[in-house]
Amino acid sequence: MSDNLIEIRDLSFAYGPRQVLKDINLNARRGQVIAIMGNSGCGKTTLLRLIGGALRPTSGSLLVDGTEMGQLDQAGLYRLRRRMGMLFQFGALFTDMSVFDNVAFQLREHTDLPEAMIRDLVFMKLNAVGLRGAHDLMPSELSGGMARRVALARSIALDPMLILYDEPFAGLDPISLGVTGNLIRRMTDTLGMTSIVVTHDVQESLKMVDYVYFVSEGVIVAQGAPAEIKDSPLPYVHQFVHGEENGPVPFHYPAPDYALDLGLAA
Amino acid sequence: MIDTLLATLRRIGGRTVDRVWRMGVAARFFLLVLLHSGPSFRRFHLIVREIFTAGVLSLIIILVSGLFVGMVLGLQGYETLQTYGAEESLGVLVSLSLVRELGPVVAALLFASRAGSAITAEIGLMKATEQIAAMEMMAVDPIARVVAPRFWGAVISMPLLAALFSAMGVVGGYLVGVVLIGVDEGSFWSQMQAAVDFQEDILNGVIKSVVFGIAITIIALFEGYDAPPTAEGVSRATTRTVVTSSLAILGLDFVLTAFMFRGV
Repeated sequence: MSDNLIEIRDLSFAYGPRQVLKDINLNARRGQVIAIMGNSGCGKTTLLRLIGGALRPTSGSLLVDGTEMGQLDQAGLYRLRRRMGMLFQFGALFTDMSVFDNVAFQLREHTDLPEAMIRDLVFMKLNAVGLRGAHDLMPSELSGGMARRVALARSIALDPMLILYDEPFAGLDPISLGVTGNLIRRMTDTLGMTSIVVTHDVQESLKMVDYVYFVSEGVIVAQGAPAEIKDSPLPYVHQFVHGEENGPVPFHYPAPDYALDLGLAA
Repeated sequence: MIDTLLATLRRIGGRTVDRVWRMGVAARFFLLVLLHSGPSFRRFHLIVREIFTAGVLSLIIILVSGLFVGMVLGLQGYETLQTYGAEESLGVLVSLSLVRELGPVVAALLFASRAGSAITAEIGLMKATEQIAAMEMMAVDPIARVVAPRFWGAVISMPLLAALFSAMGVVGGYLVGVVLIGVDEGSFWSQMQAAVDFQEDILNGVIKSVVFGIAITIIALFEGYDAPPTAEGVSRATTRTVVTSSLAILGLDFVLTAFMFRGV
């Protein structure tokens, strides 16, 4: 068994003629929390979808637990996905089911466990995210942070080896933000999982991750432990980490001369 | 001049190709739903749930509309039949119009706007909020888990609703014709009993409503599944469901009627 749960070699991906990712090389060691960072539209969510098997690489190799994702058929992909969890940006809870039924969903779909055991398992998962008391609420009655935590409980229902997080911090208040960050770290450690976090929240994620990949315009421009990233001399990473307005990513969208647009130029 | 003509032709051609292509995609979707229907029959409670949302929740509008359509038929029919002294045949007129045409067609039109639009909006929003993608990531096929139960729930509900619509219509015709106007009760019922044929009239009506049910549901499901995941996309898809399925019902009705009742 390889040390790396995920190994990506020279991976490229294009939507038709539009090149989204170029020559990506990425490793995720078992038990680690890996962050993929970058500004909106840099291709980091696409990378996550590739790892989850929702998209297929145009070229290159993508191994998840030794399996080449590009060569899986539907049945093989579904088999692999039973050992994967994914946390969507806004939770993506099933709105027609209660919190309990949401967490029980996979257990009911994929196992023949008796209802009494499903109940115990669901309560254990909900307890881990601190929401056992909310089991009979509907998703519409939850706050954004609570919905995210229920979704996390749902994604660990089958004790996966890998969890993918799509912007887990987007739109959360500072308390929920810290809670979610801690939960991701604690779950990864206690359940022996591997976590891939796609995010643009620098402060929160640098606190809890083991390794960071920086993506810009489809290529990995920087990588390293959080401390290295914080002190990175690269202008793009520096601008991103410190949230500066101007740098390699300009404040202004390309436009003709301002004076000309206002009709002030001669 | 030639250029604009060519451009217009090209646009019409492009649109036609688009439509035909979409119909092809919808047909493949239909096939996929049928292929993935097995699991929902093994877990029949999923279908029962959809029969409740599509069928039971449509009951009020179907029953009330049926009653009023029957009452109007009673009034109008009496007016016309009276001219020929044939008001005793009111029962026949009411029941045949309902069982053959109005029952299946009007119930289907109501079903398309009540249940069809709800199905499209629900599936479209499930897609927009990534619930469908989440299901796929959990290794559960959304066609088998979400789409197929809704399909069968609605297809089973449709003929039952059409039958209830016709039954309420007959009651409405009876109320107006017999109770209100005073047509002879004996001839109202006995002529109806003598004229309505089970195979020829009732069974054909049921076949119609099954066909309409399949058409409405597959249109509603496909539009929802195919909707762009935005507020505008879902609202357009919902509108398209009602428009397309209404036209499909009326078109199919003509074709089916032409096959079933050829004046023999």
